[in-house]
Amino acid sequence: MALFDLKINGKTSQVDVDPSTPILWVLRDHLNLVGTKYGCGIAQCGACTVHLDGTATRSCMLTVSMVGNSEITTIEGLSENGDHPVQKAWLEVDVPQCGYCQAGQIMTASALLEKNPNPTDEEIEMAMNGNICRCGTYLRIKKAVKLAASEKLA
Amino acid sequence: MDQMNNSIGRRAFLRNTGLAGGGLILGFSWLNSCRPKQVTAEQVFQMPKEWFEINSYLKIGDNGVVTILCPNPEFGQGVMTSMPMIVAEELDVDWNNVMVEQAPFNAELYGNQFTGGSQGIRRRWEGLRTVGASAKQMLKEAAAKQWNVPVIEITTADGVLTHAGSGQTMGYGEIAAAATQIPVPEEVTLKSPRDFKIISTSRKNVEGKKIVTGKPLFGVDYQHEGTLVAMATHPPAFGLKLKSFDANQVKTMPGIVDVFSIKTLEDDYERNYFDTNAFTELVVIVGKSTWEVMNAKKTLSVEWEPIDEYKFTLDRFGTKMEAIVPSGLETTDNHYAQMEELASKPGKVVRKDGNPEEAFKNAVKVIERSYTCPFLAHNCMEPMNFFAHVTDDGAKLAGPLQAPAIIEGTLAARLGLPIEKIEIEMTRMGGGFGRRAYAHYAVEAALISKQVKSPVKLMYTREDDMTFGIYRPSYHATYRAGLDENNNLVAFHVKAGGVPETPLFADRFPAGAVENYMAEQWEINSNITIGAFRAPRSNFMAGVEQSFLDEVAEVAGKDPVDFRLELLGRAKTNPVGENNDYEADRLAGVLELVKEKSNWGEEKQGVHRGVAAYFCHNTYAAHVVDVAMENGNPRVQNAYCALDCGIVVNPDAASNMAEGGIVDGIGNAMYGTLSFKDGAPQQQNFDRYRMIRNSEAPKNIEVHFVQNEIDPTGLGEPPFPPVFGALANALYKATGTRKNHQPFISDRVLKG
Repeated sequence: MALFDLKINGKTSQVDVDPSTPILWVLRDHLNLVGTKYGCGIAQCGACTVHLDGTATRSCMLTVSMVGNSEITTIEGLSENGDHPVQKAWLEVDVPQCGYCQAGQIMTASALLEKNPNPTDEEIEMAMNGNICRCGTYLRIKKAVKLAASEKLA
Repeated sequence: MDQMNNSIGRRAFLRNTGLAGGGLILGFSWLNSCRPKQVTAEQVFQMPKEWFEINSYLKIGDNGVVTILCPNPEFGQGVMTSMPMIVAEELDVDWNNVMVEQAPFNAELYGNQFTGGSQGIRRRWEGLRTVGASAKQMLKEAAAKQWNVPVIEITTADGVLTHAGSGQTMGYGEIAAAATQIPVPEEVTLKSPRDFKIISTSRKNVEGKKIVTGKPLFGVDYQHEGTLVAMATHPPAFGLKLKSFDANQVKTMPGIVDVFSIKTLEDDYERNYFDTNAFTELVVIVGKSTWEVMNAKKTLSVEWEPIDEYKFTLDRFGTKMEAIVPSGLETTDNHYAQMEELASKPGKVVRKDGNPEEAFKNAVKVIERSYTCPFLAHNCMEPMNFFAHVTDDGAKLAGPLQAPAIIEGTLAARLGLPIEKIEIEMTRMGGGFGRRAYAHYAVEAALISKQVKSPVKLMYTREDDMTFGIYRPSYHATYRAGLDENNNLVAFHVKAGGVPETPLFADRFPAGAVENYMAEQWEINSNITIGAFRAPRSNFMAGVEQSFLDEVAEVAGKDPVDFRLELLGRAKTNPVGENNDYEADRLAGVLELVKEKSNWGEEKQGVHRGVAAYFCHNTYAAHVVDVAMENGNPRVQNAYCALDCGIVVNPDAASNMAEGGIVDGIGNAMYGTLSFKDGAPQQQNFDRYRMIRNSEAPKNIEVHFVQNEIDPTGLGEPPFPPVFGALANALYKATGTRKNHQPFISDRVLKG
């Protein structure tokens, strides 16, 4: 066990965990931030996506000892009141079915738009390919990313 | 009047209501949890000071805000929105004044709280309308008393009662207290569909905001003070069972509380239909955190040994039968070889019309094709999990499950507790697709809690989830068609079987459309467990039947849509045989609609089209898909879908469901496969189990509904099965090769 000071959603939190613990389980088990989901544990499905200094990162394979001073943002910290343009677009397009993968989808999409505010369909597909949705909401995901990118929600 | 953050308020309220009975006036004790600074305009309901429970499905606040409970568990099919919409419609309230909660599991109050078989809306349609209409009638009668006017003169709209003659009006909230004292009406009048204001209008997912902000909604998110984490290890292969394990090796690892084995079903237990389970003896590790338990699980060494053949009694919805589980370690290659062998022999004849033997002998052309599909894993994005807290006094469980009433019986038997002492909370499910009807994991959680005398949350890893069983079976079907000199279909023969069940539906199309028809089936026993998977059996039969008909149409020199319509015309005007399990008119209707909407017959350079239509779960579905080759790979450009499911309660959400069914269908048809070597599943996580991804989905999907006033039928499953056929037919056009073996991406070449 070891102490780690983590910058998460604009606050510093201290946890005492094994250095090999993935951030996913630090968030869920130790910090009560359960919006980030476990799906596969091997960075194949994207359900656990968070932002690490703004980059979409699979938290299931990001160990707590790797984070250092980097800033982590989770779905709970993406916006104050659920009013991030991507969240608003997700509601407007009514994307979710079961909803389990959607936090990860939203975190990947919001990181994409930070770097590329006006992505093409192909760029959206490539960025979103790491996030599996068994319900098959991919078309609505793409539509919502485009809506968020457009001025409609600015 | 207090302003409340809706999401906080709803959660607190859910805990307070518990299992309250009908007719109670419920107190309102959670105002202190309000955090006004977080409230934004769109979140706010003007919260009432007092709630009045009109019946177990709905409460009206003194200010007119209405809470409607959704009786069925939600797994993404949208019932938490659509079921309350049905109640609100007949109650005549403004949807913007409605809050929705998941009802507690309580069969006495809410009947069959089962999610599956696309039956939710169909079975609840009349009941939910009656719930709303009864409450409205009680409000009207209370108002009539107060105003001293005849009840028949009172009208309602948007939560307001009006007596036109005296010019009096009042909101539902003002009379709700008095309405609780009115006897429940014995008869109510339901609205004409033409007067619907909420039903058939698109309303957003009532849990959308919670989903996109990451609120705790799912079983994995369930929290309870002092909860330990548990994981279980099951045999790595079907045909193996627990021999021994070394608990001491991991007991001393950090955070580990206990290591032991459990037996989830006793050998002499009479299993019900959803008690399917190959792995009834598990090694359990309990600890303080998920990661510590995961590490111990990886370190744990367990010895396994082969099972002997065994039998158990199965209660299949009232019919008792003996099930035999063979020993041995099964392999996919052997499954296919066995299926080939059985397919070459006569099967059990289930239906025979006319004289098929003679008709085939006299046919001018005979076409015969065989089709196969592999096992599939459900792969719900939320792995199986459950919370349990079992004490001597009773058991409290919470988690994702489709059939709480069924597992409650299993729990009662295994824990030795009366059913009244078992409380099950239904959480939102991260997907179900049939998998969560088999809630063995709830029993496992309960036994673990009982053993460690603590609340526990049982978590499956993805590997546990994918290798535990309850799969879509592997199937095989052989089709034969005979054409006369005028290319009329005069003989049809289907023979279908699988490991371990047949997928055959003997009475479905084209039964009834062909004078000489025969359906046969066979089965191969297996120790690999299977279960319902989105449109069971139909998810194979639709695709292969529609592929075969496409090929027959081609040999007959007919357009594939026209050929189907010709057969359906025969089935309508002069049906052959009895018990035909479809309405030819409605099946033709969706084909006509998709033909029109897709501009069928229009040729586009580089675009290859396929069509398919199917009836299952009381609903008719037809698809046209357009495939184009991109960098040597086929990609669906457009999918056109026509559906006849009667009245559509929530059209945009219904379209979402159909879009998802199409994407899911394309994914499973193209890539889905679970194979076995020496009993062990060869795909254990998403690195080897290929799921469809964003860039592989169609670029565009159009969903069209047949407009009618027929009572609604299922929608979660019906759009799924025919996709396999439409895609196979389009891929044939694109590549010149028939896709007769799933998955299409690695078309399996049969040996010999």
